[in-house]
Amino acid sequence: MTRSAQIGLVATFLAAVLILVPWLIEATGRWDLYYTLTSVALLSIASAGVWLTFYIGRINIGQGAYALMGGYVSAVLVVKYGVSFWLTLPIAGLACAGASILIGVTILRLRGVYFAMITLVLTEVARLSALAMPITNGAKGISNIPLPGAVEIFGITLIPDFATLESVKPAFYYLAVILMILCFAGMYRLVNSRLGQLCRSLQQNEELASSIGVNIAYLRVLAYAISSFLGGMGGAIFIAISRSVYPSSFAVQDSINFMLNCFLGGLGYVFGPMLGTLVLYFGWDLLFLTGKWQLLIFSTVLIALIVMLPNGLLSIKLRGWRARP
Amino acid sequence: MTAILEVKGVTKRFGGLVAVNDVAFSVDEREILSVIGPNGAGKSTLFMLIASFLTTSAGEVRFRGERISNLTPHSVARRGVVRTFQETTIFRGMTVRENVIVAHHLRAEASLLGYFLGTKAARHDHERFGASADEILDFLGLGDQRHELASNLPHGHLRALGIAIGLATDPAVLLLDEPFAGMNHDETMRAVEMVRKVRERGVTLLLVEHDMSAVMKISDRIVVLNFGERIAEGTPSEIQSNDRVIEAYLGTEDDMIGL
Repeated sequence: MTRSAQIGLVATFLAAVLILVPWLIEATGRWDLYYTLTSVALLSIASAGVWLTFYIGRINIGQGAYALMGGYVSAVLVVKYGVSFWLTLPIAGLACAGASILIGVTILRLRGVYFAMITLVLTEVARLSALAMPITNGAKGISNIPLPGAVEIFGITLIPDFATLESVKPAFYYLAVILMILCFAGMYRLVNSRLGQLCRSLQQNEELASSIGVNIAYLRVLAYAISSFLGGMGGAIFIAISRSVYPSSFAVQDSINFMLNCFLGGLGYVFGPMLGTLVLYFGWDLLFLTGKWQLLIFSTVLIALIVMLPNGLLSIKLRGWRARP
Repeated sequence: MTAILEVKGVTKRFGGLVAVNDVAFSVDEREILSVIGPNGAGKSTLFMLIASFLTTSAGEVRFRGERISNLTPHSVARRGVVRTFQETTIFRGMTVRENVIVAHHLRAEASLLGYFLGTKAARHDHERFGASADEILDFLGLGDQRHELASNLPHGHLRALGIAIGLATDPAVLLLDEPFAGMNHDETMRAVEMVRKVRERGVTLLLVEHDMSAVMKISDRIVVLNFGERIAEGTPSEIQSNDRVIEAYLGTEDDMIGL
């Protein structure tokens, strides 16, 4: 794909999500779609993190743990300490990255199914910790979280107080979509720089990577920390939208979905998790019409897709967009 | 000649098994030294100890006077001692050129963040690595295959690619693990020439090898291991007439060691 074609595609995408979608929603009055699309944007941020751990050759089924942690960090800071939501957002991300470094240093030595199992357990550990710790308020969780406040610099209002808005739905939509765009722009840059090449060297052969002088332990932890940072940020915004957080806000099922989003979109494509999340989320919602058959049809289609398109949905057409320099 | 690499009384025990027992030798600058021995003599284990893929039970390895045993593989590589692999270990999903470019890691001037931001140093690295990779590939006769996916390469070229990856790290000492395994006579002779050319670049070479005729042709000196112990050391002609070496290759006659 040529440079100009890429720019055209990106411009079309930006125009679609920032202008066309809000306009269509206003025109049709389908305001519920705001919530759906906001969720897709946030979940795809968390999935992008999972995708990065796949990219260094680790199956990560533990992103739910960091989403939950990020949600709690933000909620506790906002509710108990009165910190501005906007400040808690990066704090939640950094707290998750910090925790993931401590955890990752030991568990990233494991590979394959062993690493996957440990990460699966992490989600349960996070849920049980949220139940047990006093600061998280146990099973009752934290509710009535105030909406994000205003951000002002030198008297100029950069972001209005969400509580004064007529409707918060478009506001959260723009917040989620803009963060998603930033996240994927960053991921694209990472994958197409030498960093991406180093990640691929790790994915393909760790022994060889270390014998050419790559500090594989450091790089693994770095990728995992970025992954958890994204998970924490995504979780924090999710909690701000639902205005409550419980130990079950992010469970094992969510961790598995984050992973499936990556599989479905394509592990070789940096935009895979975005498409995967969209298809999976809308697919599940659409199948609601089939009632009790929902889960059966959903699973069957998913298995069929993974068998027929092992490299994900993006492998159908966009071969020129393979994540390589 | 000064010793660039010294192996001093290195021992490795796996439980009750002594895989390498008190082995000592030294490698001179720009020398080609081969370590030979029957199967299970501890040659590969010795290599892994030198490159810090395993930790020693006793003894140490010194490179230019500095201890390099019991570190991590990447920090040993950083100092200039780089190992290539016995199996055809490459980055299978990358092209030949990408394999060599990524192996330039140790020559990087930009930081990881610099690569993300695309700083001047990062762009400079990018150009430098590309040019250097092309030079190495041409040098080893892989120029025509540079855009081939590495997993599609034929066997002989894979070995050359392994050496190319090693050279990209700009090593002082390159450890080659069975570089001639699975090659026919003609391929071996070409590979022997290739290894000699690598030495002409100023690289010291340490080989583990089964192919006796190749070893006798290429080596300045040979160290013979048997059951983890060093039983002989000397020039190829000294080794060929050494009684203990002939005994070690039990039941074999002189022809097995290339006479």
